[in-house]
Amino acid sequence: MATSPRVTQQKFQPWTDPDAKPYVRIEKVTKKFGDFVAVDDVSLDIFKKEIFCLLGASGCGKTTLLRMLAGFERPTSGKIFIDGIDMTLIPPYERPVNMMFQSYAIFPHMTVEQNVAFGLKQEGLPKDEIAQRVNDMLNMVKLGPFGKRKPHQLSGGQRQRVALARALVKKPKLLLLDEPLAALDKKLREHTQFELINIQETLGVTFIVVTHDQEEAMTLSTRIGLMNHGEIVQVGTPDQMYEYPNSRFVSEFIGSVNMFEGRLTDDEPSFVRIACDDLEAPIYVDHGVSSAPDATVWAAIRPEKITITREKPTEPDNWASAVVQDIAYMGDMSIYLLRLDSGKVVRVTQPNAYRHADDRITWDERVYLHWHATSPVVVTK
Amino acid sequence: MMQRLRRLLPNGRSLVTAVPYLWLLLFFLIPFAIVLKISFSSTLIAMPPYEPLLHWTAEKVLQIKLNLGNYAFLVEDNLYWMAYLNSIKVAAISTLFCLLIGYPIAYSIARSSPSIRNILMLLIVLPFWTSFLLRVYAWIGILKNNGLLNNFLMSIGVIDQPIQMLQTDFAVYVGIVYSYLPFMILPLYANLEKMDLTLLEAAADLGCKPWQGFLKITLPLSLPGIIAGCLLVFIPAVGEFVIPSLLGDPGMLMIGKVLWTEFFNNRDWPVASAVAIALLLFLVIPIMYFQRAQDAEAGGGVHR
Repeated sequence: MATSPRVTQQKFQPWTDPDAKPYVRIEKVTKKFGDFVAVDDVSLDIFKKEIFCLLGASGCGKTTLLRMLAGFERPTSGKIFIDGIDMTLIPPYERPVNMMFQSYAIFPHMTVEQNVAFGLKQEGLPKDEIAQRVNDMLNMVKLGPFGKRKPHQLSGGQRQRVALARALVKKPKLLLLDEPLAALDKKLREHTQFELINIQETLGVTFIVVTHDQEEAMTLSTRIGLMNHGEIVQVGTPDQMYEYPNSRFVSEFIGSVNMFEGRLTDDEPSFVRIACDDLEAPIYVDHGVSSAPDATVWAAIRPEKITITREKPTEPDNWASAVVQDIAYMGDMSIYLLRLDSGKVVRVTQPNAYRHADDRITWDERVYLHWHATSPVVVTK
Repeated sequence: MMQRLRRLLPNGRSLVTAVPYLWLLLFFLIPFAIVLKISFSSTLIAMPPYEPLLHWTAEKVLQIKLNLGNYAFLVEDNLYWMAYLNSIKVAAISTLFCLLIGYPIAYSIARSSPSIRNILMLLIVLPFWTSFLLRVYAWIGILKNNGLLNNFLMSIGVIDQPIQMLQTDFAVYVGIVYSYLPFMILPLYANLEKMDLTLLEAAADLGCKPWQGFLKITLPLSLPGIIAGCLLVFIPAVGEFVIPSLLGDPGMLMIGKVLWTEFFNNRDWPVASAVAIALLLFLVIPIMYFQRAQDAEAGGGVHR
């Protein structure tokens, strides 16, 4: 996971304030195409100056939801409010919202300047104000010297910035970004993520970003809304989504995870114990779980929260024995694939903190896995 | 040695590219040269009915006789000027009507659902499966004094006397627009169909009402299609001979008819050739200028 540039912003949490007024309110919105339900009864509150990411696999309805915010699609039922005004039936050209398209949709017959000025001319602003704002915006996205170029004379990254400038120059209340970085190569994408956040912080515009890339969502967003089959399955900050997933789907979608299916044997308010067929020792979790007794539950343990030792752990819980099946050396860390006696393969990552390690665990070695009682997340669905 | 020989022989690639050039040489450049040659000759009652340009004098000297009189004749005689201008006028007005009728048709086909698009395009091309002459003759049946249209108008009581439609300019326009409409629709459709519709969404997003989006995005982007369609209609319409002679007033001056008269009635091949060459220059020069202006405008924008 890339380091989050959001660290400086951790105090920005309007969603925890019960008195804060949501800037964008999506109220029980459903969108059907024929019999197909693209967006299924979605309600969301998004606050001013947020970067909210709608995350999900392709076809999960995230783009349809974004297009309803832009006004290109009308909800089958439900309402959309922006800054307190009902926008449900307002056509796109009358909304205080601008969109950056995945394909960028830059007008090929116009220069960079004409593209950026297009929306301002449409508002009928005076010529010198348009020139001034276009100029400022092009400088902001570092396209100052490229104003007279035609789109086909630009690189992919430059086109992306033209699209961004064209949408932002109108000073929208809300900027919608559809897979804004998908067309860029990896290095440029990482660089642009930070630029995007800088611009957003400078202008104070609220962003809603659609992406299928969980890493991008983690890096960019104040909060993530994970979608599946047209429904929002969980909304939360990136660390909430990673450390406190509410379902197997969320924990498996965001990052990688080892999932152990089992039954609750001890169900106390302060701890639970889970018997799992794949493990010799039970899983002990240091918090209570709200679930019916004897129900099937899943313990999700992240690869980096498991340690590998050669000595058998002395504790009665939270360990397993395994054989090293495969090791992938990634430089900063190594990924170990360990086969339990049941045949289940567990994924563990270990940082390579030391350059010289003569005694590294190697292929086919018998080892023990161990994790802390705070590490497993217990989910019931 | 073998390698040098191989370099001299044409390879597969140059053979393939040679085919269209050979075609143009055989069926365009050589006939053009012959017509050009005849246009500089003078009439002769003989077979062929013109004097050779080159001939050997008694002193074994090659003599070239260029007769510019044919071209001078075209300029001096008002008839030719009037015929050229009238042809261009008729072609221009027909092209305009083809565009006004063809654009909405091409647009609506390009925006209809993909499943019926091909059927609609088939319907546009379908008339080509009948003979062109037959279709023009059919218009005689529709437009004549006791034809379909007049009878219909009289039966619903709009008129009590038949309107003279056949052998008027109106009939010629109807015939040309009807016959050449598919040539307008096809390139326009090809252009409009491949247009990226998210550009219109982007325009709407930036504050354009649908009609503004059409004027500022669709129309300028379809300009290459408009130009291609207009050229495809305008160029053959200028030289059109069949439609004006079947549907038009016999006195209507069209350059195609003048050409026919010079060639077959007057048997003046040199003047007929000069008329043809002049017509070609009339058409080619503005088209080349147009094309260059458009290339400069596009700035290679086609290669995206």
